[in-house]
Amino acid sequence: MNAYMPYVLCMILFSIGIYAILSKRNIIKIILGVVIAEYAVNLFLVLVAYKVGGRSAIFSETQVILPESMVDPLPHALVLTSIVIGLATTAFLIALAIRLYGKYGTFDITRMRELRG
Amino acid sequence: MSKEHDRGMSVIVKTVTRLTVGLILLYGIYIILHGHLTPGGGFAGGVIIALAFINLDLAFGGSAAAKIFSKRNTGLVEALGAVMFLTLALLGMKYGGFFDNFLHPDGNPGQLVSAGIIPLENIAISLKVGAGLFGIFLTLIVLQKFESEKK
Amino acid sequence: MISAGIVPLFVAIPLAGAFLIALFKKIKGIPDIFGVFASGSMFILSILFLLKMEITQRIVYNIGNWGGFNEVLGKIVGIQLVIDGLTIFMLLIVNFVAFIVAVYSVNYMTRYTQKWQFYCLFLLMLAGMNGVLITGDLFNLFVFVEIASLASYALVAFGTEKRELEASFKYAVMGGVASLLILMGVVFLYSYTGTLNMANMAEIMSGSEQPALIYLVFGLFLTGFGLKAAMVPFHAWLPDAHPSAPAPISAMLSGVLIKTLGVYAIARVFFTIFGFPHQISIILMTLGAMSMGVGALVALRQWDMKRLLAYSSISQIGYIMLGLGIGTPLGILGALFHLFNHSIFKSLLFLDSGAVEYAAGTRDLKEMGGLSRKLPVTSGSTLAGAMSLAGIPPFAGFWSKLIIIIAAVEANHMKLAAWAVLMSIVTIAYILKVTRFAFLGALKDRFVNIKEVPVLMRISLVLLALICIFGGLLLIPEARAAFLEPAVRVLISGMGGGV
Repeated sequence: MNAYMPYVLCMILFSIGIYAILSKRNIIKIILGVVIAEYAVNLFLVLVAYKVGGRSAIFSETQVILPESMVDPLPHALVLTSIVIGLATTAFLIALAIRLYGKYGTFDITRMRELRG
Repeated sequence: MSKEHDRGMSVIVKTVTRLTVGLILLYGIYIILHGHLTPGGGFAGGVIIALAFINLDLAFGGSAAAKIFSKRNTGLVEALGAVMFLTLALLGMKYGGFFDNFLHPDGNPGQLVSAGIIPLENIAISLKVGAGLFGIFLTLIVLQKFESEKK
Repeated sequence: MISAGIVPLFVAIPLAGAFLIALFKKIKGIPDIFGVFASGSMFILSILFLLKMEITQRIVYNIGNWGGFNEVLGKIVGIQLVIDGLTIFMLLIVNFVAFIVAVYSVNYMTRYTQKWQFYCLFLLMLAGMNGVLITGDLFNLFVFVEIASLASYALVAFGTEKRELEASFKYAVMGGVASLLILMGVVFLYSYTGTLNMANMAEIMSGSEQPALIYLVFGLFLTGFGLKAAMVPFHAWLPDAHPSAPAPISAMLSGVLIKTLGVYAIARVFFTIFGFPHQISIILMTLGAMSMGVGALVALRQWDMKRLLAYSSISQIGYIMLGLGIGTPLGILGALFHLFNHSIFKSLLFLDSGAVEYAAGTRDLKEMGGLSRKLPVTSGSTLAGAMSLAGIPPFAGFWSKLIIIIAAVEANHMKLAAWAVLMSIVTIAYILKVTRFAFLGALKDRFVNIKEVPVLMRISLVLLALICIFGGLLLIPEARAAFLEPAVRVLISGMGGGV
């Protein structure tokens, strides 16, 4: 199997998310699209640190792990940060969706016609 | 059937929740306190603690957990955690820099009391995340109730 | 010289203010005091840096005492905060506008409930913007962009009416996608260079042959930051989001947020890291020209005062992008000076629209008329802002547009120069519409009893109007050497390499 395959699959997942955002009319589906795209990017970020046979960068008392065999821990820290940001964005979007549903009684974005032009 | 069983899920779920919710809480605290030794830390532990409260709310229905931890208090605890975190970071400026680890420059591997301010910051983060997440949950519930009542 | 030790305060003070407001929200007056005090102290701090720093000085601060450059790894470890000429320039603008807006909001925000939430989010947004400006680390920049954006999504929805919620949803989804694209660009760059420090990255990028994938990274950053800056193909959220927010927040969003998250970030990434390649120059000029045209022409047919101003923001961002895209020292000087002017006059105009709404209760231009008799301060300051926006000499906006146009002519972009001149005429047309319909003409009966806005709002309006009138003085050599030149030098020194 091609070594680039995981990255390509990440991009495909990202495209699925973007497709959902652009083409769906239901607010919840749009939010799901944002979440899918976000997870694709997070996955991509973790994959950057991947190393064949690598170990997590934590020293152990019971076995010897050489620094050379450790994976790069920085992307792991970064992906945690980006997950937290994603959590905040998603929570905010869902709160908005609930409020919008209360105002319009529908999740259909084409029926929300306050703003135009 | 007592009045307690009018709301929420079935007796099985309630019993299991009653047994496990303390363990979940304990596990969250463990994750927080060992954050500098093992994978995990303030964020993961805070999420687990928030889940324990959310679990209560789901199983017993309505405002079971909100009686213990009201929405107003979640806001306060969240702000407190943030202020605590920032204070620790600012205290470091006195010793050499923003976020300077001024308590224990050299931690001992595997020791619980080591790593200086990192465990303290983990606690601050867990307060912020736990209260914040539970606050988000309560807000969404309140919004939902508010909207359904209006119809 | 100034001690580098106080650099983190630019982020720490607004954050502390925000959290303390959340903690003491019950006590009356605390949100106002903390909001004004935090933004005011930021402004004083940035003036301090402007006065004490030498022109070419570059202050670097290592967070957490990590020690900066690591000999073993051969790269910079830990997050660095960097203050240079461009940073100071932007910090001064952002914190000045924020201070004015905070003072203005003390009176204005009494129309809304939950004032503490407003100040809390406002300070979070300010912390995010200051963070974007002072950080020297690419991922850190992304995090601060997100802090500022999230706060602004919530602030747009502050009124929680249909319009606000809808605009905020649109803004949040588009902003979320923009953030993902930026993050993906950061990941690509990290995997290629192995570092996140921007200065370090620039060294590595300039030293080696760049792979073809770099164009994908260009695209990701351009789209991501372009969405945040509301350049034309990506502008759809701005005309909804900016008018929906409360007026002080519209002033912040249009005045400084799109510039910090958009223009500044584009300048940083493309000038400092990539060394301003030729392709980017062409793209920026094209997008700039498109933004200018679309923004100005659509603004012509708007009747909602704030919506008109929002479209005008798109158009003016186009001028700034054009100046940056030309890439000559004169063009960059014009772009930065126009950035300064735009943040002043656009905040002023949005605050004015808020003042009109506060006093007269409408922002539809068709319903207004003759307000200058009842609102002398508001109409006077609107006139100053409008003249500056329209580019009438000797107001500040004239000089910056003139510099951009001269730079375009010098760089042999005759068509672009002509287009810029044409669009500034259109600008005059749409801004005259505001002054004509809102303030001149016969006073309508329903406005007979309205009063001028409260004193704190008047003070902030007058301060901004004075800067609009005398802003051109910044071009005299001494002021220019202290304020504009260092910023231009930073961008010029980043150029050179290129793909």
